[in-house]
Amino acid sequence: MKNAIENMRTSAHKALEKAASPKEIDEIRVRFLGKKGEITAILKQMGSLSAEERPAIGQLANEVRARIEQEIEGRIAALKQAELASRLEKEKIDVTLPGVQHPIGRQHPLSQVLGEVQDIFLGMGFSIAEGPEVETDYYNFEALNLPKNHPARDTQDTFYISENILLRTQTSPVQIRVMEKQKPPIRIIAPGRVFRSDAVDATHSPIFHQIEGLVVDKGVTMADLKGTLETFVKELYGAESVVRFRPHHFPFTEPSAEMDFMCFECHGKGCSLCKKEGWIEILGCGMVHPKVLQNVGLDPEVYSGFAFGIGLERIVMRRYNIKDMRLFYENDVRFLDQF
Amino acid sequence: MLLSMKWLSDYVDVNAPIHDFCEKMTMSGSKVESHSNEGEEISKVVVGKVLSVEKHPNADSLVICQVEVGQDQPVQIVTGATNVTPGSMVPVALDGSTLPHGVSIRKGKLRGEVSNGMMCSLSELDLTVHDFPYAIEDGIFLLEEECEIGQDIGSAIGLNDTIVDFEITSNRPDCLSITGLAREAAATFSVPLKLPQPIVRSESGNVDELLKVNVQNPELCLRYIGRVVKNVRIGPSPRWMRERLRACGVRPINNIVDITNYVMLEYGQPMHAFDYKLVKGGQIVVRNAREGETITTLDGVERKLSPSMLVIADSEKPTAVAGVMGGEYSGIMEDTQTIVFESACFDGGSVRLTAKALGMRTESSSRYEKGLDPNTCLPAVQRACELVELLGAGEVVDGLIDSNPAGRAPTTLPFQPDWINRFLGIDLSAETMAGILESIGFQVADGQLTVPTWRADVECGADVAEEIARFYGYNHIPTTGLRGSAQGSLTGEQKFTRRIHQTLLAQGLSEIITYTFISAKNYDKIELPQESELRRSLVIQNPLGEDTSIMRTTALPSLLEIVARNYNNRNESALLYEVGTEYTPTTEGELPLEHQQITLGGYREGYDFFQLKGVIITLLDELNISDYEFIQQTNHPTFHPGRCARLLVGGTDCGVLGEIHPKVAANYGLGTRIYAASIRVDTLYQNHQAIKECRPLPRFPASMRDLALICDEAMPVAQLEKAICSSVGPVLEKLKLFDVYQGAQIPAGKKSVAYSLALRSGDHTLTDEEADAAVKRALKALAKMEVTLRA
Repeated sequence: MKNAIENMRTSAHKALEKAASPKEIDEIRVRFLGKKGEITAILKQMGSLSAEERPAIGQLANEVRARIEQEIEGRIAALKQAELASRLEKEKIDVTLPGVQHPIGRQHPLSQVLGEVQDIFLGMGFSIAEGPEVETDYYNFEALNLPKNHPARDTQDTFYISENILLRTQTSPVQIRVMEKQKPPIRIIAPGRVFRSDAVDATHSPIFHQIEGLVVDKGVTMADLKGTLETFVKELYGAESVVRFRPHHFPFTEPSAEMDFMCFECHGKGCSLCKKEGWIEILGCGMVHPKVLQNVGLDPEVYSGFAFGIGLERIVMRRYNIKDMRLFYENDVRFLDQF
Repeated sequence: MLLSMKWLSDYVDVNAPIHDFCEKMTMSGSKVESHSNEGEEISKVVVGKVLSVEKHPNADSLVICQVEVGQDQPVQIVTGATNVTPGSMVPVALDGSTLPHGVSIRKGKLRGEVSNGMMCSLSELDLTVHDFPYAIEDGIFLLEEECEIGQDIGSAIGLNDTIVDFEITSNRPDCLSITGLAREAAATFSVPLKLPQPIVRSESGNVDELLKVNVQNPELCLRYIGRVVKNVRIGPSPRWMRERLRACGVRPINNIVDITNYVMLEYGQPMHAFDYKLVKGGQIVVRNAREGETITTLDGVERKLSPSMLVIADSEKPTAVAGVMGGEYSGIMEDTQTIVFESACFDGGSVRLTAKALGMRTESSSRYEKGLDPNTCLPAVQRACELVELLGAGEVVDGLIDSNPAGRAPTTLPFQPDWINRFLGIDLSAETMAGILESIGFQVADGQLTVPTWRADVECGADVAEEIARFYGYNHIPTTGLRGSAQGSLTGEQKFTRRIHQTLLAQGLSEIITYTFISAKNYDKIELPQESELRRSLVIQNPLGEDTSIMRTTALPSLLEIVARNYNNRNESALLYEVGTEYTPTTEGELPLEHQQITLGGYREGYDFFQLKGVIITLLDELNISDYEFIQQTNHPTFHPGRCARLLVGGTDCGVLGEIHPKVAANYGLGTRIYAASIRVDTLYQNHQAIKECRPLPRFPASMRDLALICDEAMPVAQLEKAICSSVGPVLEKLKLFDVYQGAQIPAGKKSVAYSLALRSGDHTLTDEEADAAVKRALKALAKMEVTLRA
């Protein structure tokens, strides 16, 4: 009997080695371990054994059963692994085929850069103010120290709706509207669209965008103006940017300045990009004119401030090397998709 | 403003390379646009002397010249010109020379004879007979200058000035002059300024016997000075004057006209010369024009005058429009014998309005309108008379007529160095500041500043601070950060708008930015009925063109135009949106209402109404808006009558969406179905919930029930959903439509609509009985609408 059990073990092992599918393994399990299987049959004969023999044979039979069970498990695992390996092999793909993209929309380049500019100023404690695009002569000109017949009005060719209502030529009227409503300290930027009767070409558009800025408080200095705008430029164009401030004239600021930054192409030597000047003008700014403060009821002896205006199209064209302003308003998806 | 560096050097010695000069002037406030050297395109062109002129053996129209050019041997040049003779001094472009406009000269053969260069005409040197009145237009430029054989042509004919082009801001008319720029240059480079002090001999006659000046409107004519010159000899002005005028961009005419232009450039004071014999009655009247009066100006155009305009008249009629242009009838002619110099100061605003009304902006008017200094009138007229004497152009009559001999009194301002330091954020001594101010003509004494009369732009402390800042150097002012803390934040509306952009972008729509002024024809293109309120738009009085002449009341045409452009450019798909302004007129004379509108749409293969609607529902969900409804709209003129919905948000009209009407699509040349929507941002904002409240996760399982319903085919499913929701009540967690079917097994005129219902209670597991009861409630409510369960 002992031999019979050991033979059983050997033949189970051999059968399992041959088995190539789970079905065959299952048949082996039934043949050896099933209710009518060979081990069961052996155990049924236990009664015919002597009391001395019984424990030893019983133990042997159990050991063999456990061995066979173990072997079956191992065999199944091996088969499964082989099966998985062959499936993985079959599922191999060419990963260089194109990917499937979920189309997401593209934000207009003007909006993208405006968003960046807004975030820079938000970080410096500025809020964002808004004002109407159709304005009165008073807010667009008069309150900004540009009385009727002021020659500087000619440089801003204005679209009129009526004698006193016009399309704003600058975002500066928002300065006045903010100062009328809010007492200092004031720190705002006012982005928006402006209108001037310029015929359309590669560098002119009758509609374009400005970002106005205004800071008013006690003791604001021209040094603060310089520091604030320099920080802005370094945030937008990188810490290595070099800027300069150049005297200029705006009726609503005194002193007035234009800020240039050193041409990144030629580093100030002069090239075709900067029209041989070495510098590229990016914004106008200045200390708020005392008359403007007086126009909104602020005492220029107590308060001072600065204001600036950035041309959005200009900085966006610079950033992406866009040569023709018309592209912004044509909105061809082949253009928009690039940003 | 063009500046001749030679001319400048009369008044100030700036010992700086031209690049430094331009840079420093720019940084002290006189912005240099560019600079150029006269004749810089000309090289290897020298003075030559013609030795002989012989016939060309092979061509009757050519001659062979031997020309001495300062080299060992004369050079042979073949020319077709007929005005050269032995002894002529001529400009010779040698082999390898260059001329203006990129012309280069090489030696070659003309009909078999060697020609080693070219003799030049005026035009080949980019000159005209105005520059050299003795020369002829069509022929070789025969030099009458003092020059040497072999001399560089630039120095021989004075074509060697450096010219700097300044961009002068409108507040500084004083810098539209050589003396003004000289003053700025002297202060910038800390060198002395030497201004001319005109001296007039004027030995003959008495002006009072010849001329009377009657200024009737002293508010608009601040000063009028007249001086008379008799025995005038009209002729060309000398070369130095012509050179300087040319360098500053002014064409030489004759000595008298050249003198007026020369003085205008030198002092910034427009000058005018009248023919005395045409000043009827010997009286100059400065008055407002009379109703119906006309004048023929120097340019030969007859112009209607109006009583708001100031004119210079004789006893009969206007001879000039004050500060704008002279009249043809009083101009200087070849036979003019006696002239009157006018050096006057007119009110800037008045000149600007007159020039604008007449549509003639002249050199003179553009100076006056910036506001000139009446005190410059006197030295300017004296300088003109000095030049008359210097040029021998006539005899200056003794005395002058001056309507306002006192001129303008200078203004004073307190001198506040401490305030200036605080305002600019610098630390300069009072002495340094005083030094800067004195260098540009201010006087500092006893805590007071006397502002020079030509600086009418300096009115307050901030103006003085600017003078200090620009000569101290803007770039020497330190940079400091803002003091005090401030919280920068977006308003609720701004955050909301950012969310709109994010949601639309995430759904694959690209942002567009369009012009907000459009053509009224667009309203026809979107088929708005004539009586539509949307046709009432703000009208621009002076548009660039009809297509940009009104402010849009709807942004739909702007979107459709962009969609059409993309379609015409054969772009495969274009799904676009804009958050832009629409303008609604209010009452006359008031500002319009402006609101932001989301306009979206476009085309893509397989796109349909429900994809568009899905975009909008996602938008509403993301904006946290729950109270909305879509209702069928059949009468929107722009949309397909069967594929258009009105969007109600919070019960109010918020917008429209649908397929664009084929007629409208055709109007835009679109050969594909276009889907579009137009939604008001403010209505969305008013109906959104700012902060979402978290719902606990369900603790009890849901019961699922399916309902297949049969209803009238015309019934909108929204009605079924309303009935189910209200009848089932709060246990209805989710209602999902999963099938709409018409066809076999469904009676004609009916449709089958299948829903799955997720039923769930927050406090216990629903029993089957409860779930069934809920379904029964729904069916009962639906039965009232003649909706039955599908068998």
